[in-house]
Amino acid sequence: MALLEVRGIGKSFRGLRALHDVSFDVPAGAIHAMIGPNGAGKTTCFNVMAGVYKPDAGSIHFDGKPIAGLRPDQICRAGIGRTFQVVKPFPGLSVLDNVMVGALNATDSVRQARIEALRVLELLHLADKARHVASSLTLPERKRIEVARAMATRPKLLLLDEVMAGLRPTEVDEMVAVFRRVNQETGTTILLIEHVMRAVMALAQHIVVLHYGEKICEGAPVDVVRDPAVLECYLGEEAV
Amino acid sequence: MSVLFDGLPRRSLIALAVFFGLLLVAPWLVNAYVLSILVVVLYYAYAGQSWNIMMGFAGQLSLGHSLYVGLGAYTAAALFVRYGVNPWLGLVVAVGVTTVMGAIVGFLAFRFRIGGVYFAILTIAFAEFTRIGFDHAPLITAALADYTGISVDKFPALGGSGGLFLPVTNLSSNDLLNLRGAPIMFYYVMLAMTALALAFCRWLLASKLGYYWQAIRENEEAAAALGINVFRYKMIAVMLSAAMTAFAGVFFAFYYNNLFPEQIFSMNRSIELILGPIIGGLGTLFGPILGAFVLSPLADGITEVLQWAGVEIPGVKQVFYGVCLLLVVVFLPNGIWPVLAKRFKLGREQ
Repeated sequence: MALLEVRGIGKSFRGLRALHDVSFDVPAGAIHAMIGPNGAGKTTCFNVMAGVYKPDAGSIHFDGKPIAGLRPDQICRAGIGRTFQVVKPFPGLSVLDNVMVGALNATDSVRQARIEALRVLELLHLADKARHVASSLTLPERKRIEVARAMATRPKLLLLDEVMAGLRPTEVDEMVAVFRRVNQETGTTILLIEHVMRAVMALAQHIVVLHYGEKICEGAPVDVVRDPAVLECYLGEEAV
Repeated sequence: MSVLFDGLPRRSLIALAVFFGLLLVAPWLVNAYVLSILVVVLYYAYAGQSWNIMMGFAGQLSLGHSLYVGLGAYTAAALFVRYGVNPWLGLVVAVGVTTVMGAIVGFLAFRFRIGGVYFAILTIAFAEFTRIGFDHAPLITAALADYTGISVDKFPALGGSGGLFLPVTNLSSNDLLNLRGAPIMFYYVMLAMTALALAFCRWLLASKLGYYWQAIRENEEAAAALGINVFRYKMIAVMLSAAMTAFAGVFFAFYYNNLFPEQIFSMNRSIELILGPIIGGLGTLFGPILGAFVLSPLADGITEVLQWAGVEIPGVKQVFYGVCLLLVVVFLPNGIWPVLAKRFKLGREQ
């Protein structure tokens, strides 16, 4: 049984079909990616999984338990951490406090949370900015705060929504190394939405492709990037 | 104890000790008039801290905090006048009443996702219809008595718009147990409560609760995504703030010995209560206290000076408050305290 089982979920906004009959699995310990053109429904899919929207149809099982329709905080406590594509830091708080709020999901002790937060900040190369106010950081740095906060909640499954966007290639490689390490050391399962194919190809063992709210293809990265439908709608010929 | 002073530089500890030390000996240094102003200052410092928990910490704007002041005041006063209940016992009941009231306001707002400005309007609405209700208390009790068949004098006498009065006693003997006595006793009671509130707020802010409140204040959606039950923590903020404000009300009733719905529940009172924290520094620990110490003496000072100059302008205090607020909003949008703390390095080092 996979850690995350998504079965036939659908979501419409006032008649606009954002997701239709999307199914996929993410096994425990894996790194999977979700790709597709803008407006394909990737973020909507994340929001449905994270409890922001209730799906109109279908079911989502996490760790064997149904989670569709739970509130975002319940889903986080169940073990799914997520980042926001449009970053939502706590602007007036320090970077450390931002991450501590996440860490407090796993412990009641503020001291423990501080230790954990500092560890995660170290991992994401944000330790030297720990005392800075979050609003003073650059966008790529704020993206890393998103990741740090989500990771600090100690999730079994990490949902990453375009955290590599705007990074330089060397920075992308750094982030790839971080996620690999987290995945290997803690066994955290990762599902990422990403346009940066460099990161997707380096990280993902399996790719799900969405287009107009439907899954058009899934499989191993090497196969997916050769799939004619994927080439046509998203990657274009030069990707091969 | 350590959590209260952790990370505070030495000079802040000294400043804090000097500040409270001066306040401890102040009654021997100043005359009765200044002491009466200091009582008012401490009253606003305490009430401002209570309000700051809700707005400053958790980001929920209440513009109707006079609701909790008034309910606290009326509960303890009515129990005292009618049944001779000790004010401290009355305080326990008052805290219960205001907490329930806070829970009702909070539940209605947060359950139905009324936020921001609309939440603030809801708090005004509750304060206003409670004021109107208390204005017509005799009518309401008469109607209730009529309906239930219970004799009118079995109901607590609330006095209606004509006011509720506490028997004034000999000011030379201080009876702390019954909160009857001279201004100096009230001064020390309020000083103790202000210090307690400061310690309590520090403890709150350093706890998991405090972190969660600040997260909700900064971004609710992100807070929820990090496992925070936003509804629950907002409820706790409103109820705790309301509970603490009850004491301000009880104090008010026993210090002034008279309660008029028109006054105690008025919008003006709510606004006066929140000016201190805003001018001092929203969400900071010392802001509400600093704000109270800046505002009240200045407002009274201006009135004094004008009187001395032979000018009497009605409403000059309100105009002064308005000017202060304007200046702070324009020049110090985060309030006075953050600037002072930075200038004199009084802030906490993490």
